Amino acid sequence: MNDVLRLDDVHITYHTSTGGVPAVRGVDMTVRKGEVVGLAGESGCGKSTIAGAILRLLPSKTKIEGTITLDGENVLEMKPGRLRAVRWTGASIIFQGAMHALNPVKRVGDQIAEAIVVHQQSAEKEARVRVGSLLEQVGLPSRRMRDYPHELSGGQKQRVMIAMALACSPSLVIADEPTTALDVMVQAQVLRLMKELQRELGLSMIFITHDLSVLVETSDRLAIMYAGKIVEEGPADKVFHSPQHPYTEALAAAFPEIGDDRFRGKPLGLGGDPPDPADVPSGCSFHPRCPKAFEDCPTIEPDLYPAGEGRRAACLLVPAAKERAGAHP
Amino acid sequence: MQAPPLRPGGDPQLIAPEPPESLPELRSPRRIRWTRRRIALKRFWRQYRRSKMGMIGLAILIFFIGMAIFAVVADPSGADPSKTSGPVLSPPSREYPLGTDNFGLSVLTLVIQGSKISLLVGLTASVISMSIGATVGIVAGYRGGAIDTFLMRITDFGLVIPWLVLAIVLASIIGQSLGAIILVIGVTSWPATARLVRAQVLSIRERPYIERARALGASNRHMIWHHVLPNSMPVIFANTILTIAIAILSEAALTFLGLGDPTNPSWGSMLDAATEAGATTLGAWWWIGAPGVCITLVVLAFTMCGFAMDEIINPKLRDR
Repeated sequence: MNDVLRLDDVHITYHTSTGGVPAVRGVDMTVRKGEVVGLAGESGCGKSTIAGAILRLLPSKTKIEGTITLDGENVLEMKPGRLRAVRWTGASIIFQGAMHALNPVKRVGDQIAEAIVVHQQSAEKEARVRVGSLLEQVGLPSRRMRDYPHELSGGQKQRVMIAMALACSPSLVIADEPTTALDVMVQAQVLRLMKELQRELGLSMIFITHDLSVLVETSDRLAIMYAGKIVEEGPADKVFHSPQHPYTEALAAAFPEIGDDRFRGKPLGLGGDPPDPADVPSGCSFHPRCPKAFEDCPTIEPDLYPAGEGRRAACLLVPAAKERAGAHP
Repeated sequence: MQAPPLRPGGDPQLIAPEPPESLPELRSPRRIRWTRRRIALKRFWRQYRRSKMGMIGLAILIFFIGMAIFAVVADPSGADPSKTSGPVLSPPSREYPLGTDNFGLSVLTLVIQGSKISLLVGLTASVISMSIGATVGIVAGYRGGAIDTFLMRITDFGLVIPWLVLAIVLASIIGQSLGAIILVIGVTSWPATARLVRAQVLSIRERPYIERARALGASNRHMIWHHVLPNSMPVIFANTILTIAIAILSEAALTFLGLGDPTNPSWGSMLDAATEAGATTLGAWWWIGAPGVCITLVVLAFTMCGFAMDEIINPKLRDR
């Protein structure tokens, strides 16, 4: 079995006072062993919802359909005890905003050891030794385990979060926007560290961010999400450099190349806002903002069509979509 | 062929890694924990010393605790009206530094005897009150839903009923003993604490480190003990100190109303006896003044210590 994680037709509906809000609408995804999958999209497209669903951390009234298979076991059918055992040992999360994900009144070493102690992987004494080596691994001196979170800088806290995610040697690490709220220099350092650790330990990872340029550097494969669906996926550099979906194109174009005259004085962006998940446009959900939309877009909902080697895109302009449309007029 | 001699700072692979600072494998975990606690205590004291208010409060407290210990150990008899030969209602003199009461008993002796009961009631009653209040607050705030509603309605009930009336009713049911007074004060003064703790827990519950702990696979018990409780500690602690003050005053109020234990002299019962004997109209200011000043000082001292400790106990306010 080479797939660490498999999502099959996952639908996630949040429960609100005004009714269900579909945040994720039919997502298929696989993460192979040792692979880094980048998940990108604007705020509210369902990225973090997927991360939460893998460990069943969403509010209890949230409806999750489909199957989420982690290490060959369906997460959605686990009993509470089994679920607690799988959390952090099966998959761990590097949370966004490390500033708040650390308990301010406990030493960081104790917080890293918490995962080891909760899962009774070793006694307190060995746990401390392990914490020391974990901290060294993320580039912090082991004596830092005695510090309180407020004694560390933002980048150091994020390193602690990474050490924590590795504490129980999980099969999958989910990095949920690990570099937001860090300045660019620190961001680069943290990314380099994560890349090194991934290569060294052969980690399987899901990397969630809205920053495509970060993903190109860190991921093997990319999945672009829009309004609760994956609209394009494929090898990272190909998706970034020759996007097949207009949305990917817009995201990729949003990063100006310094020194390139084409970007001078005219930042390229995408107008409008992502749709309200409770009221998604008909047909292709991207059509109101799409610069290439044509008359079929508001009526026909595109599937993920094959679009080149190992690539799929959910756009009616993809050649495969045209062929299929021709077959069924 | 001879191997080249090792130069210091040569091949980093060949140099033994530096031992970690605390050398954890050389000492037992228990000793490490004790050392850590001793260091923490020392640091706490160093910071506490810097607070002038805290030091004044502590000095007053030590004085009164010493007085209470003296009352227990030395037991200066003289609280027995049948064994007295002093003048009745004499103002402070060399023989009776705080004057005498209407039986000719030394007010100083009574104040010393009273400190024992007042401090005992203050400390134990507030411990009872804090345990109930903190438990109710944490459970209600953490569990939420129906449990929260249920516990909060009970708390509201306790808040709405006039405290003194409830205490009087309870005291007359349970009876007039020291234990009863402690119990009555303990079970009537927790609702405000429960509310405060619940509010704190509600805000802690939503913080990302709680979500992180859940993702770690932590149980509810683990999360309450390791995350919710330590973070509510400043609120609980500051409240305990204030409750001690309230408990001492409550004891005085209940004994003043004649609901106390008549065999145990306390500052409250002194006030009660003095008023009943008409000390104000007789001009015996020392009889009312002495226990009154003692109560005020002890309450003030606890409050001062509470403020000083609150500043230290919050890690974010500690110096860096």
